Amino acid sequence: MYSKGFRSLALATVVTLATALTLVFFYAPLDADQGFIQKIFYVHVPMAIVALGGFVAGGVMAIRHLRSGDPSWDVRSYVAIHLSIILGVGVLATGAIWAKASWGHWWVWDEPVLVSFLVVFLLYCVYYPLRFSIEDPGRQARYSSVFAIAAGAFVPLNFIAVRLAEAYTHPRVLSQTGGSLPGEMRLTFLVSLLAMTLLFVTLWKLELTAKHAAMQLRRLKRRLAEREVVTT
Amino acid sequence: MPALPLDEAGKYVAGAYVVFLTLIVVYVAIIGAKIARIDRELTELVEDDE
Amino acid sequence: MIAAAGAILRKDLRLELRTKESVPAMTLFTLTVYVLFHFGLDRDSLDGELAAGVLWVTLLLAAVIGVSRLFAAEREQGGIDGLLLAPVDRTALFVAKAAALFLFLAAVEVVAVPAFGLLLLGPELGGALPELIAVLALADLGIATVGALVAALAAETNARELIVPLLLLPLMVPVLIASAQATEPLLRQDQGPEDLARWLGVLTLYDVVFVLLSVAVFDYLLED
Repeated sequence: MYSKGFRSLALATVVTLATALTLVFFYAPLDADQGFIQKIFYVHVPMAIVALGGFVAGGVMAIRHLRSGDPSWDVRSYVAIHLSIILGVGVLATGAIWAKASWGHWWVWDEPVLVSFLVVFLLYCVYYPLRFSIEDPGRQARYSSVFAIAAGAFVPLNFIAVRLAEAYTHPRVLSQTGGSLPGEMRLTFLVSLLAMTLLFVTLWKLELTAKHAAMQLRRLKRRLAEREVVTT
Repeated sequence: MPALPLDEAGKYVAGAYVVFLTLIVVYVAIIGAKIARIDRELTELVEDDE
Repeated sequence: MIAAAGAILRKDLRLELRTKESVPAMTLFTLTVYVLFHFGLDRDSLDGELAAGVLWVTLLLAAVIGVSRLFAAEREQGGIDGLLLAPVDRTALFVAKAAALFLFLAAVEVVAVPAFGLLLLGPELGGALPELIAVLALADLGIATVGALVAALAAETNARELIVPLLLLPLMVPVLIASAQATEPLLRQDQGPEDLARWLGVLTLYDVVFVLLSVAVFDYLLED
């Protein structure tokens, strides 16, 4: 189930990543204001977008889990959220590095994507303690799905609120994300975004495969143990 | 904001990309270890059965 | 469904009136935090942004207490199984709990907002009262809805007291942002409701999304 498509997916990911890196460092022009620092933009922003997308996707998978009762959707939702949290660590780390390099502080409040991301990240960190403090597996899956749906709906609402507030307190002087990007930068950014998305899907499938194998192994062990009891 | 000189800026940019790559590598390593363990246990089961 | 929700709500209100466990605690907490802010900020009076911030952060923290206790009665008397065995629509339970929380918050605010005006607020509270009430109402609706959802989510976990604040507070950030931004011009020396419509709009959007979501999803909680 997992092997044929996976190999081509992984290959596509590696190729796109390599292309993106090449474009970032050899093709995209140097930014007039920020200089070389701006190159961080090509890893930080795609990571943020893909992580947020991953959270929302986790919510959608959770909806499918609740409606179908099929636990495999819950596993898919869990892995998507899990991966997005890991990417989230990367977003905050690269964001801090960018902030330090650009403005001299390790954190700034006037980038609404970064700020709203911090809130989202703090929320999703509670996913683990919530999930693993519920013992019954059916209930654990169901409650996790409810959380994933509520949190997934929260992501856009939060971004809107933070963005509107920032417009008041910090009028946007530096507009890094989107808007008017010159052609070469835009291409580089889009390729980086594609690479990050492919990477996410590849790692998602990879972890799902590992989880599936672990589950099958457990099932096999149980069956073998039962068989021993019967024959002895 | 004046652009930092290339060598100074380079450290930060390198740092950011290193963070990114490290996350991927550590993640893949952990999954790899998990798969290796599954493989080991499967082999044990097969040997026990024989 | 409405009848069932009304019955549960009446039961909860009667219980609260008798035992007085949530509302007085929340109110006392709010007043205490105002005193803390006085000492912490070393200020006799606040206005504008600072006032709005202190007012709303305190209210949200008090809401956490209310949310933690929302299903307490059912838990302590094993009543939740009774409710679940009866053919009661989960949605009715949600509506009742959210309504109860809304009323508790309103009760707390009846005391806490004037107290804030007395203790910490520089400018006079009276002029912008209708607008303030509008903001409070919409914000309370959001807090009550999400609070009931979080209370149910945390109801079955062992680490309930920790999970409720950790879940509720980030989810409240948009409410905090919109409410504080809406309230800030109301608490200034030179009052004038600027952009109130915009922030009321944000609150309304938040409320609509979460009411619809909670009603849709509540059936899957507290199931057995």
